[in-house]
Amino acid sequence: MPGEAQSIPAAASVRTEGGALEVAVSGAWRLTGTCPSWNDAVAGLAPAAVRFRSEGIGKWDTSLLIFAFDAQQWCEAAGVPCDPSGLPAKAVTLLAQLGSSHPSSLPHERSDSFLFTTGVAAWKAWGSLREIFHFIGECALGAAGMVRRSKKFRWRDCIDQMQECGAMGLPIVSLISFLVGLTLAYQAAVELRKFGADIFVADVVGLSTVREMGPMMTAVILAGRTGAAFAATLGNMKANEEIDALETLGIPAVDFLVLPRLLALGLMMPLLVLYANCVGILGGMVVAAGILQIPPSAYWIETQGSIGLADINTGLVKAVTFGLLIGLAGCLRGLQAERSAVGVGRAATSAVVTSILLIILADSVYAVVFHILGV
Amino acid sequence: MSETPSKPVDSPADPAPPAIEVDHLECGYDGTVVLKDVSFRVRQGEMFFIIGGSGCGKSTLLRHLVGLNRPGAGSVRFFGLPFSDADLGTRRAQLKNFGMLFQGGALWSSLSLRENVALPLEEHTGLSRRDRDEIATLKLAQVGLAGFEDHYPSEISGGMKKRAALARALALDPAIVFFDEPSAGLDPVTSRRLDELIRGIRDTFGTTMVVVSHELASILSLADRVIMLDRAEKGIIAEGDPRAMAAAKGGDPRIKEFLQPATEAYTVRP
Repeated sequence: MPGEAQSIPAAASVRTEGGALEVAVSGAWRLTGTCPSWNDAVAGLAPAAVRFRSEGIGKWDTSLLIFAFDAQQWCEAAGVPCDPSGLPAKAVTLLAQLGSSHPSSLPHERSDSFLFTTGVAAWKAWGSLREIFHFIGECALGAAGMVRRSKKFRWRDCIDQMQECGAMGLPIVSLISFLVGLTLAYQAAVELRKFGADIFVADVVGLSTVREMGPMMTAVILAGRTGAAFAATLGNMKANEEIDALETLGIPAVDFLVLPRLLALGLMMPLLVLYANCVGILGGMVVAAGILQIPPSAYWIETQGSIGLADINTGLVKAVTFGLLIGLAGCLRGLQAERSAVGVGRAATSAVVTSILLIILADSVYAVVFHILGV
Repeated sequence: MSETPSKPVDSPADPAPPAIEVDHLECGYDGTVVLKDVSFRVRQGEMFFIIGGSGCGKSTLLRHLVGLNRPGAGSVRFFGLPFSDADLGTRRAQLKNFGMLFQGGALWSSLSLRENVALPLEEHTGLSRRDRDEIATLKLAQVGLAGFEDHYPSEISGGMKKRAALARALALDPAIVFFDEPSAGLDPVTSRRLDELIRGIRDTFGTTMVVVSHELASILSLADRVIMLDRAEKGIIAEGDPRAMAAAKGGDPRIKEFLQPATEAYTVRP
């Protein structure tokens, strides 16, 4: 009875008749259940032919096909005829399809030689560099055009972005800057105490924060926070054809999407850096007061004496540069994103990596330039 | 859906240049050639369909027509003026004459529907904000979205997004509107209403319409003329009136099979 066959587990019984192996399949054949394997069924036998019977079969699925296909393959290798006509008619049809698709479904070799891979990587790197310079040029031309027709500039978007990357970023900038100032002060205190020069903690914290750590740490925070957000937003817009829609209306994506973001970051970065400097110095002051027993007023006077306007300005110049670099990297990676969810994720990751790389590169260049200029 | 489409605005004797002239165009991306040696003309005011099976290059061709991709060879001219060979500034100036409806609508998600429709006006006209908003409201009303002006794209359905995108495409009263699978993802009733809307706009303004579609009902009810693309041939395999092509005896079996009504296609033969 078919109803009974549904509850009977899949089985394949074999019997030899005149040198031919008759395989009777029965029960419910389910991929998710336990099914017999052809190798077990034929173990120790050397039939002259194989044929199937399926009177006792219940529901069946691909597991039956796999069993029959293994049998066919075995027969082909052994050079014996295989007759699947005793199987359910639909299974015979599917088996024929499986047999015909099998040669074409073999996995093809995808690995390439080392030289080929290196060549392709080098070519891609060159293309990527060209794209970066092309994008910078496009932004410069767009900015020049916007100066001429500033009414067309998306001021509202720019202000939204300023709020997003500036005001909304204050909590994380505060925390990181405070902790960096604190750490710097601790590190300096350990060494300076040996010489009784505790008060110079203020100089170390003040100068290193204003010239280096303030701009650098703020830039790293914004690369992770804002650069990634730019790339994800633009990548998503690209995937949704929103950027194509701009282009088909003759509105350059750079003017509409990139320039407001660049300006927002270029304006907000120096302000954030000034704020980060203050919070970093405050962090140092807390350590000085708590560990070294230096009064805050003495710490503040020492800090004022050690930091000049030139030091603050070098930090601000770096801040503007870092801000523009983060904006460029974020927007470029977003516009280059593949049109898929994975592509958007990759764009965000790539934006952060590119931003941090460019920030450190620019910082190194500034270190040399400021040294030469004696600033 | 059974009525015959009205005639295009111009006649064969019309001396006006074709709205679109495509000559020996080669389309592709990332080094892969999808279509080659594609040539056709679209008359002014014509409802022109690009049809074919999935993956035959319909959307790719459309992207090349509107300049989103650069052709490997060949040229595209609009109203007798070169487009694909022109410099970026000239192309952008010509784009003001086009509207495009993308498959997913492609509305700018950070802008309300009114702002979406008003943006092309803001970029390409000197109209005051009040006038722009009024035109946007009118265009949205034309597509049946009155009252939804301040909604954001995430707050409306797929069919409404398509209609809002159509309103945006029509914002500058373009001479040509391109449609990429306008019925994709819509239920039959919404799809039919969108078709009627497209026909109404063409009949009212004489706008040239270029539609990429494989929706048989839309093709047979709207198209004045079609070109059919084929993946294997990498080009055009047929051009003409779709109803005549469907009714013709004999001919290319690929065309017959494509234009076979769904009811006929699913009839179980003995």
